[in-house]
Amino acid sequence: MDWTWFHRFGSPPHLYGLAGRLTPWFAWPSAFLIAAGLYGGLVLAPADYQQGDGFRVIYVHAPSAWLSLMAYTWMAVAAAIGLVWRMKAAHAAAASCAPLGAWFTVAALCTGMLWGKPMWGTYWVWDPRLTSELVLLFLYLGYMGLRSAIEDPQRADRASAVLAIVGVINVPIVRYSVEWWNSIHQAPSVMKFGKPSISWPMLTPLLIMFVGFTLLFVALLLVRLRGEILRRERHARWVAEVVAG
Amino acid sequence: MTPRRRRLVLVLGIVAGVAIAGALALQAFRENVMFFFDPTQIANGEAPSGERFRLGGMVEKGSVVRQPGSLDVQFVVTDFQRTVPVRYRGVLPDLFREGQGVVAHGRLGPDGVFTADEVLAKHDENYMPPEVHRSLKTPAAAPTPAPEG
Repeated sequence: MDWTWFHRFGSPPHLYGLAGRLTPWFAWPSAFLIAAGLYGGLVLAPADYQQGDGFRVIYVHAPSAWLSLMAYTWMAVAAAIGLVWRMKAAHAAAASCAPLGAWFTVAALCTGMLWGKPMWGTYWVWDPRLTSELVLLFLYLGYMGLRSAIEDPQRADRASAVLAIVGVINVPIVRYSVEWWNSIHQAPSVMKFGKPSISWPMLTPLLIMFVGFTLLFVALLLVRLRGEILRRERHARWVAEVVAG
Repeated sequence: MTPRRRRLVLVLGIVAGVAIAGALALQAFRENVMFFFDPTQIANGEAPSGERFRLGGMVEKGSVVRQPGSLDVQFVVTDFQRTVPVRYRGVLPDLFREGQGVVAHGRLGPDGVFTADEVLAKHDENYMPPEVHRSLKTPAAAPTPAPEG
């Protein structure tokens, strides 16, 4: 099998250019879909039979929570590729995932708390789902902290990659916590086998938001990746040429 | 083995090791991770006696009794096999309804009555507009939750 296409990702100038060319293809559809999804979710979708209008938090909460897990999975896979194939570009991608994933985790936690107060009667309880999602935030913060604590970039890459890979065990724990244990958090309505437990007029904007948020994540990841490549290659000649225009 | 193959095996080994360690740890802490106990677990004596714990289940239909002029309320929590009567004084969350999920924090008394000092509502994963819920309710056989208590 010919692996040259794979190894070209390892070339920083190539990846820098590719990420720049791809960004608008993700950014514009994402902006369009999020606008459409918010309009559909906040205006068009009917109120819930029990929660009234309060259920609309789901349109930001569920996509944020989904991306908090997906960003971590991508980060761990990129870190593993970087570790095994000694590919700096993969380490750069993993490092770019972390702050984005951390922000999506914060968004999921905050929107969940805002929903929890009126619906459950409390902002926070030490429930398996809530606690494991908080652990996910600490894993992101630990990953970023470890990176910034080690000055040598290569050592920072390898040490943080091991942390990212070890922490990936938390991803299935967050996902299945509501099924393995008694939890106050409801079971998945959409991300499950079989028919979704949410009616179609409410589900359609939610699915649009899922796609929109995922594209937003990819667009932001590409932007961050370009910055990360420039930072790492700041002494290289091609960077001087790019900056000079 | 090439160095790259060795690193790949190492990474897969880390993932496998952490997964096994995590599974064993979670298995050992099974009871402690449980956010609440259901009435069947309490009937089997799995809940800690004499200590505060959480009781979870459905509020049995027609069981909510409010004392007029006070915040005292009594209801029965069921998992459709066993039931536990609950006593509570305080404000109930908006989603507290008969036929809906609830998590109560408190102590089980020697008389078998659970005295709660905190009651949280547990929402289920079903989302639907009121019209859909009404049309679902017409075939009376389905155990759908009541719209209000």
